[in-house]
Amino acid sequence: MKVPISWLNDYVDINVKPEELADALTMSGSKVESVEKLGEDISNVVVGKIISLEKHPNADKLQVSQVDIGRGTIQVVTGAQNISVGDYIPVALVGSTLPGGVKISKGKLRGIESNGMMCSGKELNLTEEDYPGAGEYGILILENGLTVGQDIKEALGLSDTVLDFEITSNRPDCLSILGMARETAVTLGVPLRKPEIKVEKEEDDVNEYASVEVRDPDLCPRYSARVVKDVKIEPSPKWMRDRLKAAGVRPINNIVDITNFVMLELGQPMHAFDLEYVKSKKIVVRRAYENETIKTLDDQDRKLDTDMLVIADGERAVAVAGVMGGANSEILDTTKTILFESANFSGSSVRITAKKLGMRTEASSRFEKGLDVENTINAVDRAVQLVEMLGAGKVCKGIIDCYPRKAEKKAIKFRPDRMNQFLGTSIESDFMVNVFRRLEFTVDEKQMLVTVPSFRPDVEREADLAEEVARFYGYNKIEATLLSGKSSTLGRKTFKQKIEDKIKNTMMACGLSEIYTYSFTSTKVFDLVNIPADSQLRKTIVISNPLGEDYSIMRTTTLPEMLETISINYNRRIEEGRFFDLAHVYLPKDTNAGELPEEKPVLTLGMYGNIDFYEIKGVLEELMDNLGITNYEFQPLKDNPSFHPGRTAYLIINGKNAGVVGEIHPEVAEKNEVPQRTYLSTVDVLALVENSNLSVNYKALPKYPAVSRDIAMLVKDEILVKQIEDTIRQYSGKILENIKLFDIYKGKQVPDGMKSIAYNITFRADDRTLTDEEVGKAMNKVLNGLKNNLDAQLRE
Amino acid sequence: MPSSFKDEGFFSHIRRIEKMRDQLNNIKTQAENELSAVTAIQELENLRVKFLGKKGELTSVLRGMGSLSAEERPVIGQLANEVREFLENKIEEAKKRLVNSERNKKLADEVIDVTIPGKRKILGTKHPLSIVIDEITEIFLGMGYEIAEGPEVEKDYYNFEALNIPKNHPARDVQDTFYINENVVLRSQTSPVQIRTMQSKKPPIKIICPGRVYRSDAVDATHSPIFHQIEGLVVDKGVTMGDLVGTLEIFAKGLFGENSKIRLRPHHFPFTEPSAEVDVSCWACGGTGCRVCKNEGWIEILGAGMVHPKVLEECGIDPDVYSGFAFGIGAERTAMGRFNIDDLRLLYENDLRFLRQF
Ligand SMILES: [Zn+2]
Repeated sequence: MKVPISWLNDYVDINVKPEELADALTMSGSKVESVEKLGEDISNVVVGKIISLEKHPNADKLQVSQVDIGRGTIQVVTGAQNISVGDYIPVALVGSTLPGGVKISKGKLRGIESNGMMCSGKELNLTEEDYPGAGEYGILILENGLTVGQDIKEALGLSDTVLDFEITSNRPDCLSILGMARETAVTLGVPLRKPEIKVEKEEDDVNEYASVEVRDPDLCPRYSARVVKDVKIEPSPKWMRDRLKAAGVRPINNIVDITNFVMLELGQPMHAFDLEYVKSKKIVVRRAYENETIKTLDDQDRKLDTDMLVIADGERAVAVAGVMGGANSEILDTTKTILFESANFSGSSVRITAKKLGMRTEASSRFEKGLDVENTINAVDRAVQLVEMLGAGKVCKGIIDCYPRKAEKKAIKFRPDRMNQFLGTSIESDFMVNVFRRLEFTVDEKQMLVTVPSFRPDVEREADLAEEVARFYGYNKIEATLLSGKSSTLGRKTFKQKIEDKIKNTMMACGLSEIYTYSFTSTKVFDLVNIPADSQLRKTIVISNPLGEDYSIMRTTTLPEMLETISINYNRRIEEGRFFDLAHVYLPKDTNAGELPEEKPVLTLGMYGNIDFYEIKGVLEELMDNLGITNYEFQPLKDNPSFHPGRTAYLIINGKNAGVVGEIHPEVAEKNEVPQRTYLSTVDVLALVENSNLSVNYKALPKYPAVSRDIAMLVKDEILVKQIEDTIRQYSGKILENIKLFDIYKGKQVPDGMKSIAYNITFRADDRTLTDEEVGKAMNKVLNGLKNNLDAQLRE
Repeated sequence: MPSSFKDEGFFSHIRRIEKMRDQLNNIKTQAENELSAVTAIQELENLRVKFLGKKGELTSVLRGMGSLSAEERPVIGQLANEVREFLENKIEEAKKRLVNSERNKKLADEVIDVTIPGKRKILGTKHPLSIVIDEITEIFLGMGYEIAEGPEVEKDYYNFEALNIPKNHPARDVQDTFYINENVVLRSQTSPVQIRTMQSKKPPIKIICPGRVYRSDAVDATHSPIFHQIEGLVVDKGVTMGDLVGTLEIFAKGLFGENSKIRLRPHHFPFTEPSAEVDVSCWACGGTGCRVCKNEGWIEILGAGMVHPKVLEECGIDPDVYSGFAFGIGAERTAMGRFNIDDLRLLYENDLRFLRQF
């Protein structure tokens, strides 16, 4: 909301500098986004009139001009071709400055003295919006009749300061100069002067010209209208145009400008109909018919539906209520009789209609916030007053006002002690009452009741009153306290949160860096990671209004984002990368609608570079160790289509599938532009949480020495290390302390289809030194077991 | 003695003692010279054998002691012991000298270039968003808050309606929300966690809810459709707006440094009343004005307010008995400010050269 300070000054005496005003209003709740000083960078530029123009004696393209600047005449050399004698033009005098820091000094052009410069619109930083002709190439030709010698900023209405406010959605009353004047008056502690609204002369009765019927009062609680005859369409006067321009509205003609002026001043959107085109001179406010259409002012054909409210005449729609007028009743240069509409429409109805039609207008964005139903008469009276002031037509007597159900005023109980208790303050009750009254609330001090004016729909209960008091008292005067005397609570993380911390710390200790990825994705990613067409993973949560196909579903797998991360880094020539992501997948529940999906936390690991399967597996083993999970194993996984069939394993925890680890399938590697030897793992975080054991029980250090034995054997290729280790464990008895694989060999001296495997086995007892005999016995059992169960050939 | 003075035997006797004395002194001198010149342990051992060994020179001199009289023997014996002791000390000294010099030589041979880079174990890094979220979490854990969590795919009821934002409320425009269907959204704030907590737990409530939220903003240097918030909620008997101010002051000092100040500006949120936007004094210039704060001296970091009585009522908490405050901070903006990150997209791109800086 742009508020020119000069306009504000009409209703409230501003006794501080613009910056101070901006700060004060920001701190009382009207946030100033910018303070714009119009024409700030222009100085010493005046209105000049060209008295004579002659060719430059030494240059074909230059002219020498004598320019009247009020206090005398100066000689200016110019290269412009669009000027003629008698033109009013802006002249930058010697010593002046222009936007962009340009300074004008005395000089000679081809030997002829020049004591100034004629300016183009561009040189003054003006656009066609600011002044007609300013966008054209060449010197800006001003309108005739300006005062020669007048400062150009005054002449063009550039000497104002404009505050731009961010108005929150709960304060439609602040979307008006008068509303902001009210806030300013209370903030600065100065009186508010409301404009005096009255019409001097009225002719004829409004009812002779038009009638209004509101068929759907639920969507239109109030419709007020006045009629103006003998209209003379012309540009509005400079003061009004300057006001509108400063507030960011483009002047059009006197009638349209009046509607905009009233909207800005009082916050009530207005519309003017050319009554000649309102059939039967009858305004009907009704829901649109099925398949009804209207061509709106922007020349678009709009298809309406039966939830939308229209303003119609006897036959057809002439406006979409609260959104935009129709082209069929538009004000033209020939318009003679007009009807000013000042209505109150249901906010949510306007909002839905504007949204459906895709046309959010200045009017609709105001209506949808819920406007003051008591403001319509004031506004329409103000409009006809301005018509009279501008001599734009003759005002007809009387107001048409359809207001079937008068709105009730809210009264709120107010307890100063309770409010102070709530705010943590000790504000005098008198201060509170004064704030309310200055905000135009009425206060019944006997009953302690505050009645809220109709323009403040946001104030509904005592907490709202507390805010009004607090913001004018000063938020920053509230003394800081620290919940003293309130119940004490214990701050700590849940077990799950602790496990998540531990997971992250383990990953980082293992060299993996944490990444953050988007949780929505494209349906295309399933093919990228070879997920089969019938996979459950393709059943997803679909976003109904996504930012595009790439972000249209909630992910059910984290592999694509990890691969994308690896691809980005790999393609940027980073040789090696280790990443982890602790995030959610979103699995729809196929039960009845309304049930939220399962948001499953997943740990995803990704590595590429000088890395092999056993490194990523080692990270998982480290993780299990840190989380106190002992009952886990890895089993070959041959048929996960995202992974290499011979280099992938299930992570099994406590007999249940808890994750996957492996080398990416070469086809997936190709599709995602990552190296062939890329390793990924996903782990179910809840399985980790369930099986973690963080309790530590100290175990005494061994008192007796260990005995260790090495064995080497030949086994068939397909025998897994895990089978060998299980067998050793099975046969070595209680005295087994540790098994350590120290060599796997294939090649010379090992027959085809076989491999040589060597282990170091350690035995120890808690209560005695083991004898050779005991260890020998255990070893024999182990060796026999390996021979019998796995067909192992022991090597000496 | 005079009686035998002229005796031939007597003189030869004198000569023997003198001779032995000379011999012992010679051994001492010679050994001392040779020991001082020795350069290797083996050489030293050879000398020890030569002078003190069983067949060594000292022993052979002592063998001649038999020809001495009983009075003379102790004299020579004492001298011989003195020489032995002297030699033993000298040998020990030489040994120490040799060991030291050999050790020094070894040390000299073992010199390395200590400026060659060390062998490092690669450590992973924590994402800057996690760093910020953890730091904020830690501050509030210390003040007795628990960490609450809730779903990201959330019912419209929790995300809006229970927060005093009914359907078609203009406030819904401010937050362009992703919808799954009419009744399910991607949460646009972490506030639904507050509702869920208030509906399932009785006051006193002190929680913070860090989490991922979604708004329909196109991706650019300062916007992301996915970002992270940390919200806090306190509900108890007699909680005041002053308590909110005090809590936020502590928080700002904890996150931005001991000298940080805060400033509250009135604002509007549907779920709090009164509501405030909260600025912290610029961490770069301390409030005097600089590029980071666009010369304002203040940087907006938080939204906050007293929990709206309608919200309390919706959660079955009597606003005449209980009151509370809530606040929310964006992790992305905080991280960008803290680490001087100029493009939000870097946070989700995961370039290792970026990640490894944290
Ligand atoms: Zn600064």
